Amino acid sequence: MKFGILVFPGSNCDDDMLYVLRDILNQQVTKIWHKDRDLQGCEVVVVPGGFSYGDYLRSGAIARFSPVMQAVVEHAQRGRYVWGICNGFQILTEAGLLDGALLKNNHQKYTCKNIYLQVGQTQSALTKQLDPKRPYRIPIAHGDGRFFASSDVLKRLEDNDQILFRYCDAQGLLTDESNPNGSTDHIAGICNKQGNIWGMMPHPERACDPLLGNTDGRFLFESLLHQL
Amino acid sequence: MTTEATALQLGLTAEEYQKIIELMGRVPNFTELSAFSVMWSEHCCYKNSIRWLKTLPKSSPKMLAEAGEENAGLVDIGGGLACAFKIESHNHPSAIEPYQGAATGVGGINRDIFTMGARPIAQMNTLRFGDIALPRNQHLIKGVVKGIGDYGNAFGVPTVGGEVFFDPCYNTNPLVNAFSAGIVATDKIASAIAYGEGNPVFIVGSATGKDGIHGAAFASKDISEDSIKDLPAVQVGDPFQEKLLLEATLEVIATGHIVGMQDMGAAGIICSTSEMSAKGQHGMDIDLDKVPLRQAQMQPFEILLSESQERMLVVVKKGFEAEVIRIYDKWDLHCVQIGEVKTHTHVRFFKAGELVADIPAQALVLGGDAPIYDRPYTEPPYFQQAQQFDIQQVKEPTQLADLQAIAKYLLAHPNIASKKWVYEQYDSMVGTANGSTNAPADAAVVLVKGSLFGKSNLTKSLVMSVDCNGRYVHANPEVGAMIAVCESARNVVCAGGEPVAITNNLNFGNPLNTEVYWQFVGTINGITQACIQLGTPVTGGNVSFYNQSASVGKAGGDVNNAVFPTPTIGMLGLMDDLTHQTTLDFKQSGDWVYLIGQSHNDIGCSEYVYSYCQVKLSPAPHFDLETEFQLQQIVKTLIRKGVLASAHDVSDGGLLVALAESMMPRGLGVDLQISLPQGVRADAFWFGESQSRVVVSVSPQQQAAFEAALQQAAFPFQRLGRVAGSAFQVNGETWFDCAEALTWYEQTLPSFLSA
Repeated sequence: MKFGILVFPGSNCDDDMLYVLRDILNQQVTKIWHKDRDLQGCEVVVVPGGFSYGDYLRSGAIARFSPVMQAVVEHAQRGRYVWGICNGFQILTEAGLLDGALLKNNHQKYTCKNIYLQVGQTQSALTKQLDPKRPYRIPIAHGDGRFFASSDVLKRLEDNDQILFRYCDAQGLLTDESNPNGSTDHIAGICNKQGNIWGMMPHPERACDPLLGNTDGRFLFESLLHQL
Repeated sequence: MTTEATALQLGLTAEEYQKIIELMGRVPNFTELSAFSVMWSEHCCYKNSIRWLKTLPKSSPKMLAEAGEENAGLVDIGGGLACAFKIESHNHPSAIEPYQGAATGVGGINRDIFTMGARPIAQMNTLRFGDIALPRNQHLIKGVVKGIGDYGNAFGVPTVGGEVFFDPCYNTNPLVNAFSAGIVATDKIASAIAYGEGNPVFIVGSATGKDGIHGAAFASKDISEDSIKDLPAVQVGDPFQEKLLLEATLEVIATGHIVGMQDMGAAGIICSTSEMSAKGQHGMDIDLDKVPLRQAQMQPFEILLSESQERMLVVVKKGFEAEVIRIYDKWDLHCVQIGEVKTHTHVRFFKAGELVADIPAQALVLGGDAPIYDRPYTEPPYFQQAQQFDIQQVKEPTQLADLQAIAKYLLAHPNIASKKWVYEQYDSMVGTANGSTNAPADAAVVLVKGSLFGKSNLTKSLVMSVDCNGRYVHANPEVGAMIAVCESARNVVCAGGEPVAITNNLNFGNPLNTEVYWQFVGTINGITQACIQLGTPVTGGNVSFYNQSASVGKAGGDVNNAVFPTPTIGMLGLMDDLTHQTTLDFKQSGDWVYLIGQSHNDIGCSEYVYSYCQVKLSPAPHFDLETEFQLQQIVKTLIRKGVLASAHDVSDGGLLVALAESMMPRGLGVDLQISLPQGVRADAFWFGESQSRVVVSVSPQQQAAFEAALQQAAFPFQRLGRVAGSAFQVNGETWFDCAEALTWYEQTLPSFLSA
């Protein structure tokens, strides 16, 4: 199996990810229930968006204790791919698989709209085929998306080329208005030092179906598929 | 033992109390009387409206469940799938506690949909608030929007459309109407029915607490200073529970082991047990000690009436309990057998082994013995006053500066300005089915993904819109209601869809006021005429009376203390060929811009005359049902022929606003050559809201085909000019620049709400 999508109680982007991988990109994909411990040999674990456990304590804080997460940590430690999107990114930071934290948006409101992403590095499988000069139009939808990390951690992320994406404007510029949630240094997505664990707030799976009028998200999927 | 005084305290009348004694054959105890008080409230049994609701057109070949038969209407959309859709109000709780009031409104309507086995795929909402400049209203707006967002976003169903309208008549009573549409395979439909002696009855989902007791009764009286004391009548929502309930419910229905199920909204356990029993001509014995409770020492009437959210009543085929319980367990949900179906046709409730209530199910429900009232109605004096209006009372603006000032005023008016501040707080894209995200249109286009429902080759979209201009309905209920139906259909048509059926949410003042009731009767007549003409039956909906501040004096208060009569229409349309999808934005310079439809010398009820000129009473805009129908047929034909580059209906703010809205998405201007039609003043031409008009753009290659089609149909149209530059230009004069208009349009709501 190529892709496994985790399903926590409260996940709500699992079907969207399944639809893109199976129906649009013709990939082998299965859902993995949070109470399971077997990742069914999948190469890429996707931690989808949603509100796991209602996000009542803190976004992603409870999901990391789910039985499946032990298997995900082991999978990641073996250098296999893990991709967290939105709530999935929050879960990966709560689980300690990625640095930093996602705080409440600086304007205190949930926000859903198209934004643009500037590619920060092209060493990881997810970004290898992407063009650093081209802004990618991808939707966001979150209340707690403001990336925050201490200055030491930020420096490490910079030094190790771990910043995958930054919020920018349609021309690719890092203007204040283009940062939709007040993220430090416009950070929208990062990876671990080894480059096999990725977390991002924007939803590339929402920009893959030509019927929805935006297919910029497919570039990420295609970059990843190229490496598998 | 109860007395007439108890009945009056519970909101029943003396006559109703006598009728209850007759039906019971004895004096009811307090628990039983409480049950009647909520079941016989307007909210549950429509006693003041059903006589008229029954006159609405309900059938069409596409209807699988007609109004009143199930929790929501059900329309066959072909390919083995059906769409369940409905709109419902949560006005009264939102006036007191906007966040929870609105959130639980979203929860309730979605439960109605998935209880039928349908997976919700799109939500909309229509909101009415008072003057946006008042701090209390800003508090309500922020609370309602956050409540809808937090619930809908976590639940994971996109909010794809809606409307927001402000008027001082909503100062005391905001309106919060939530719409949901879901898809179900026609062989997986669940019904709200109970039958089969011995079949077990389960309560599923959240535990039962003291929240929302008498909520249905609360929604059936005027809002007053004392309403804050009703705070425990407002329920508290948990979207996470609802999401689990959705997934578990659909999984359980798929097993085929379910007899029936109903969600617990208004009036909780008493409502679901009695309605399901009455429908199946059976009864139930329920042990209240088995109901999972949130707090100790709840009285039987509290358990029966609690409106705790995210609960369902499920009747399972005997012998299959274990499999059903296993599924709810998987989703960590309570699933407890609380009783069983009986043949005796009563709902009987036991506590500590004692029978605490024993009521014939039929006695409680709509369609059974619940009262039906034929209310008197009288035409209010304001109606004739409104007809007296003459356009000559308003000085015609002819100077460029005047016209510019009005254009700016209208584009920045809260009723017309961009609602981005609101809708960006809603997840509009989850489900990856919102076809309008990158294609702005008059109606929302939502893909039906066949593979989610076991029909992988299916490609079609739902096209939907919610509309109502309460100011028009106030001015003339019959015409205003026809316009509401037709505008929602026009929006669906302009987006490329075929209107199929409507759901309606009838928001009115106190029905005991004869003038309010006149508004209600006129509205029903208007909806009926329009729906018959368009072939779009009414599949159900909701009535919300008592949207009125209390006033001393005559019974039912004063019609002038009521909200505008606001019959919100939710139109469901279908698009079988996705190439018909049509957007409202101008596409490129050089395209021709046309107005389809006739201009009239009419400013009646326009935002311009009402807000800018401050003329508060004028007749509803010019409207002719036959003409409207023709217009929609023509636009449909043009879209199917592929002639149109864009289509946008002329509504609030008139032609000027329609043109500006088509300009702004791509920053494309227009160069118009206008000579005013004979007898039509400049303000009527630009800002009048006479109906049955659509602004379209047409590429030069399609121009001949376009004009030929309209000439052949002998339908009026006017060539206005071309898409050009980035400004709004008329006869060589620049009124405003696109970027400037966008600023006016987008800054209004944040300027009030982001302080």
